Amino acid sequence: MNNIMQLRTFKNIHRLPGNLGRYLILITLSLIIMAPVFTAVSGSLRTNGDFLSKPFALPHENIQWQHYTGILEDNSFWQSAVNSLLITAGVTVLNISLASLLAFAFSRIKFFGREIVFNILSIGLLFPVVVALLPVFIQVRDMGLINNLWGVIFPLVAFGLPGSVIILRTFFRAVPIELEDAAYIDGCTRIGFFRFILLPLARPAIASVATLQIIAGWNEYFLPLLVLTDPKKWPLPLGVMQYQGQFGTDWARVMAYVTILIIPAVFFYLMTEKYIVTGLTGGELKG
Amino acid sequence: MAATRSGILSGAGEKIVSERFRREIGKTFTVLLCIVPGMVVFFLFLLIPIFQSARYSLYDWNGFGPLQNYVGLDNYRLLFENKVFQSSVQHSFQIMVMSLGIQLPLAMAMALMVGRGKLFGRRLFRTILFIPFVFSEVITAIIWRYVLHPSSDGLVNVILSNIPGYDTVGWLADKDVVLYSIFAVITWKYFGFHMILYMAGLQAVSKDHEDAARIDGADEKRVLRYITLPLMGSTIRLTVFLSILGSFQQLVIIWVLTQGGPVNSSQVITTFLYKYGIKNFKLGYGSATAMILFAITLIFSIGYQRIIMKQDYGDMA
Repeated sequence: MNNIMQLRTFKNIHRLPGNLGRYLILITLSLIIMAPVFTAVSGSLRTNGDFLSKPFALPHENIQWQHYTGILEDNSFWQSAVNSLLITAGVTVLNISLASLLAFAFSRIKFFGREIVFNILSIGLLFPVVVALLPVFIQVRDMGLINNLWGVIFPLVAFGLPGSVIILRTFFRAVPIELEDAAYIDGCTRIGFFRFILLPLARPAIASVATLQIIAGWNEYFLPLLVLTDPKKWPLPLGVMQYQGQFGTDWARVMAYVTILIIPAVFFYLMTEKYIVTGLTGGELKG
Repeated sequence: MAATRSGILSGAGEKIVSERFRREIGKTFTVLLCIVPGMVVFFLFLLIPIFQSARYSLYDWNGFGPLQNYVGLDNYRLLFENKVFQSSVQHSFQIMVMSLGIQLPLAMAMALMVGRGKLFGRRLFRTILFIPFVFSEVITAIIWRYVLHPSSDGLVNVILSNIPGYDTVGWLADKDVVLYSIFAVITWKYFGFHMILYMAGLQAVSKDHEDAARIDGADEKRVLRYITLPLMGSTIRLTVFLSILGSFQQLVIIWVLTQGGPVNSSQVITTFLYKYGIKNFKLGYGSATAMILFAITLIFSIGYQRIIMKQDYGDMA
């Protein structure tokens, strides 16, 4: 027993230098990754001159809140925030509704042409909206949706569908067929099975799809830029671009806007990390 | 008698048939209810527009009025003769090569470090390395515009100015440097994504195989080379695929950082499309550019999946 303990200790000591090297690399890389974010946040609380000459200094005396009050007292910021919320909510709700119905049909009902329809949908995986901006813009215009939030929401839903369907289909498939049979024997209809058994079971998968769609809707830049001609309809990514166009190299001021957008993103990430990771890796990565 | 009998039979048969028929109708109705709404949105806002651009690419069209100035393949000819377009394609390929050669190995190294084993602070490191993925591309680009600012105010220049004899580098203004700067920003934002995929792949690798190799006397290098990496083959093939596609699909970060400049030295296919097609209202010309981008994507994807990823899939298209 004692010998084994000694052996263990010895083994760990032997490992330590290896781990030290690991820590050194990981800490260096973490610092490199966080440095831009850190300077952005701390800079936003200082004067521009102070920020630019000493980027790594902490805001100590006379913290400059005016960059923040300037933004938060401006109606156009709140207008953009509301627009962003509307677009994100619309994209997420529509995407989940349509994708779960599609995934249900693709996973639990055998019908003629199922694989063909699914394969057609899968083509969409290859094209993010950003490479199809031009034809999508023309289509949105032809449908009279210019300067309408739906003109942003519908294309984002369409481009998000293939990924969402694949995540949900994989999950729906894993639900045992016995459960379905039991439901039918008890007099459940197909739609009833979907609504009352499959959907509640699929909550984690739906949460994953939702987080990915929220990120996509909240961050989209070019599509609203083309579709929404009236600045009153602009979401936050356009708002911050306009702001940085206006104030150029008054970096401290621009970084205040950036910080305001980073804070909810970080909180959202910390709350939903599990679901984001599940969504991206098809449920393979845990913890 | 015979007539009655057949009458009874056919009556029962009718009943079965009508019951079946009713169920079929019910099923068809359910299927339609499930797939029609989603597929309509998909066709209207994704598939039809993409096919339409094939047609637009044959016209000289400013986007207003009817399509009538048919020019055949002229837009394509103009594109292929355009020096800026040629260099844009080349830049896209350069970003792709750098992604495969630098970004993926970095992601793999980090996944091996934090992906498993007992390491204090594992989750914290994972969170930090992955978090840029959730920042919007606009935010990313704005922050990095400051970090890489060509003047002596930019963060990188401030840091490096501590080195004696360092001369301010125009990270985003020097045409020989700008593409590398952009690649650094793309790596900052996206390598965490690949790392997460590798971590998932690593968890699927059984410890037993590695331990067996260690018992047989293999050192860590060999275990990695001959056991771990081959077992992660499907994940690696997937990330290579996503990374190549992603390299051709970068737009927002590059546009906000440089708009393709200085003098087109960071122009890629997507920024070229936006600048010369959409902004200038040369929609036919832009559509031709989009078609080339689609063609590259499609040919590559089909080829890659048929040849390289064939072994991995029963599931994805």
